[in-house]
Amino acid sequence: MTKEITPHEVAAGGANRKFKFAFSRKQLCIPYGLFLAMFVVLPLLLIVFHSFTDKNGGFSVDNFVRFFTSSTTLTTLIISVLIGFATTLICIIIAYPVAYILARSNLNKGGTLLMLFIMPMWINFVLRAMAMKDLLTLIGVFGFNNYVNVIIGMVYDYLPFMILPIYTVLIKMDKSLIEASLDLGASPFRTFTRITFPLSVSGIASGATMVFMPTMTCYVISDTFGNGLITIIGKLIDEQFTTFQNWNLGSAMALVLLVIMLVSMWVTGGFKSDDVRGTNL
Amino acid sequence: MKKFIQVFYVALILLFIYAPIFTLVLYSFVDTPIVSIQEALRIGFSFELYKKLFNDAALMTIVWDTLFLAFLAAVLATVLGTIGAIGIYYSRGKLGKSVSAASRIPVINAEIVTAVALVLLFAAIFTESRSYFAMVIGHLVITTPFVVLSVMPKLKQMDPNLYEAALDLGASPAKALFSVVLPEILPGVLSGFMLSITLSLDDYIISAYTKPAGFDTISTYVYGAMAKSNANSSLPALRALSAIIFVVIILVVVAKNVYTRKKEAK
Repeated sequence: MTKEITPHEVAAGGANRKFKFAFSRKQLCIPYGLFLAMFVVLPLLLIVFHSFTDKNGGFSVDNFVRFFTSSTTLTTLIISVLIGFATTLICIIIAYPVAYILARSNLNKGGTLLMLFIMPMWINFVLRAMAMKDLLTLIGVFGFNNYVNVIIGMVYDYLPFMILPIYTVLIKMDKSLIEASLDLGASPFRTFTRITFPLSVSGIASGATMVFMPTMTCYVISDTFGNGLITIIGKLIDEQFTTFQNWNLGSAMALVLLVIMLVSMWVTGGFKSDDVRGTNL
Repeated sequence: MKKFIQVFYVALILLFIYAPIFTLVLYSFVDTPIVSIQEALRIGFSFELYKKLFNDAALMTIVWDTLFLAFLAAVLATVLGTIGAIGIYYSRGKLGKSVSAASRIPVINAEIVTAVALVLLFAAIFTESRSYFAMVIGHLVITTPFVVLSVMPKLKQMDPNLYEAALDLGASPAKALFSVVLPEILPGVLSGFMLSITLSLDDYIISAYTKPAGFDTISTYVYGAMAKSNANSSLPALRALSAIIFVVIILVVVAKNVYTRKKEAK
């Protein structure tokens, strides 16, 4: 490209040239930005629009009134939150020691053991659910209690998503802090409760974010493990969009879910983007 | 003692993770809808379910359709996400921040909300909300942010002077990006691609909401089969399919592990 060089540009020299190139690289985020605006942001605005309108397109808060006055939807919401909490808690209790052993002991030399724990993440979750259902049937406990079934199914499917972020945080932790604590006379237990655990809370928060939301909404597991008797909030939205064809009420439910998501993000302090789903493996 | 407890605990959790998978592989050799020990002993082991699987043209079409969709979505997501990540990385202003924030939405949002939001969009643009195009877009929405998340750390690790050096040595910005920046971030690009494939294969809800009539992915087909059948069984031939998928995944993961270890040893 030939272009007349102004004295100002000559005076600015290299700095000006750098600025011009930085500008051209910046433009690379435009295609993705447009994609996100069109297929992520706009659809969410449509949800907000539909949830505040009635079937004829007029403004209405009726959908929210229906949601918060119906005992069915409220019960479903509470059950979903409880199932989500239970699953998340059980995942933390199981995953923390696993992540700790993987990160601290020499059992995980070369990363093979970690591989074994997160390999199920690469297997289709519907097939994994089918496998767990078959096992429960085989040992004869399937159908004993629908809630227990659903929670077993969910813990089974989401456990790797809890192990990985906790492991990442533990492995990245500054070991000199632990050594310092031990050198200064703290017991290993006290070192764990005062140093290691507080520093690993961000990993637990990341894992909780990755587990809690899906367990409240992914109706595949609750449908297949609950004998069709357990309805979670995701299923309610699904029914409004497929069975009842009431998109306005369905959108209002989705919006409630979005708000719950934002609140839980705020409570857990967000998540560290670099340790979800093994993006840096 | 401490060591023993550690080994015992790890073994216990591994048993929890792998017992269902082994059960499924075992019963892929028993041609029965009922998963029970008596049934296995009565019928005995055979390759019948595998024969049924490969002779079922409809099921084989579903397998190839699923794989092709995952591959297509992963290629598009990798291109879009890699370019997007470079753009976000080099634009420190509002533009980069807002693109980066919007990119996080599909990662943390419930899949059902993403799915119904897309249904509203496609119903508003087209008369029919279901189409192959809509399904590919849906898969891009859930996979591309993960490509960005995979590429971003590599960009941050890269020596920022490399790009400038390439320009000083006379490379055009496009050439510098392709021959200098891209090789540096390639591991992130590749892991983003792999992640996209697995996310796409793993998806149920987005596909269920956007797939055109008559089209099925493995997920939607298995879910449909499980929902239709009684509480204690699923379509037996699917066990053979799952067993094959499990074995392929294990081989890929082991091969990747061996490869990276060899590379590290060098």
